Amino acid sequence: MSKDGSPGFFTTTVDALANWGRKNSLWPMPFGTSCCGIEMMAVLSADYDMSRFGAEVVRFSPRQSDLLIVAGTITNKMAPVLKNIYDQMSEPKWVMAFGACSSSGGIFDTYSVLQGIDCVIPVDVYIPGCPPSPEGVIHGLMKLQERIATNKGGEVPLKQRRKIY
Amino acid sequence: MDREKRLEKIKNKFSSAVSALEYDKVGCPILFCSKEKIIELLTFLKTDEALKFEFLADLTAYDDMGQPEESQGRFVVVYNLYSPHSHDRLRIKVRANDGEAVATATVLWKAANWAEREVWDMYGIPFEGHPDLRRIMMDQRFEGHPQRKDYYWRKYQLFLDAEPMPEELLKG
Repeated sequence: MSKDGSPGFFTTTVDALANWGRKNSLWPMPFGTSCCGIEMMAVLSADYDMSRFGAEVVRFSPRQSDLLIVAGTITNKMAPVLKNIYDQMSEPKWVMAFGACSSSGGIFDTYSVLQGIDCVIPVDVYIPGCPPSPEGVIHGLMKLQERIATNKGGEVPLKQRRKIY
Repeated sequence: MDREKRLEKIKNKFSSAVSALEYDKVGCPILFCSKEKIIELLTFLKTDEALKFEFLADLTAYDDMGQPEESQGRFVVVYNLYSPHSHDRLRIKVRANDGEAVATATVLWKAANWAEREVWDMYGIPFEGHPDLRRIMMDQRFEGHPQRKDYYWRKYQLFLDAEPMPEELLKG
């Protein structure tokens, strides 16, 4: 470590190696609630294989995973449960908002639907679509891998919560 | 016994309580009933040998605010009945105003338990004699009844901590 605090050559190489390992072995925790859950299953299965990106094991436990894929509509009743699951994951962790409903509430601008999961947890990559096409999902996943490589994961500030009437 | 005779039989027995036989677009008969006689009518429909409407297909409600019939009762509770013996369907409607209670149908069908909880949650119609009348879809701390016409559809109430569990479930 040099005198002004910036990391020296050895530290940055170790960082780069760690990031390479993390981005190529993302273990997802599928939080599929509605139609996007089916699309996520389609991306995870044979034709558009997500396991070639390292997601060979799909862990349904938050303790054993590092990528939380929120696929589907999150209602206001489900929001504290989602926050609970996110809190149980250990660092480093990333969140992917899969589809329109988890990014922004989708077409459901009503009293019962959470208008975007970034009201309760920080999100790293948003994938638009209703449901998103599998190529779009893979594009989003590769963008997330670029983010991890440049060490920007998980520090997105929580969006200012929408004014409640 | 065909459909006309069945409806005649119902109307003869309950001439004071039942009114206005209508048909909806697909031909299902709709009968309006007064609030006091509803359990008697449903019991008769379920147990009578010729009618035997033993299957409660659905129990729901709607808000009739702004329509001309609102003066008789703002909310309409709808019972959809089906008879597996004669394969016939019947719809019974009951009008109620804001705050008025309707007698519960759980004495006849256990399936009415959750359906009446949903009606209470969405419209605020209490059911007299219901064993466990509490909200089923919205959070227990939610204020208001969302499917009423005067509830702003965008007004959402967010609770960031999990709702407290009722004590009866914790004991068992």
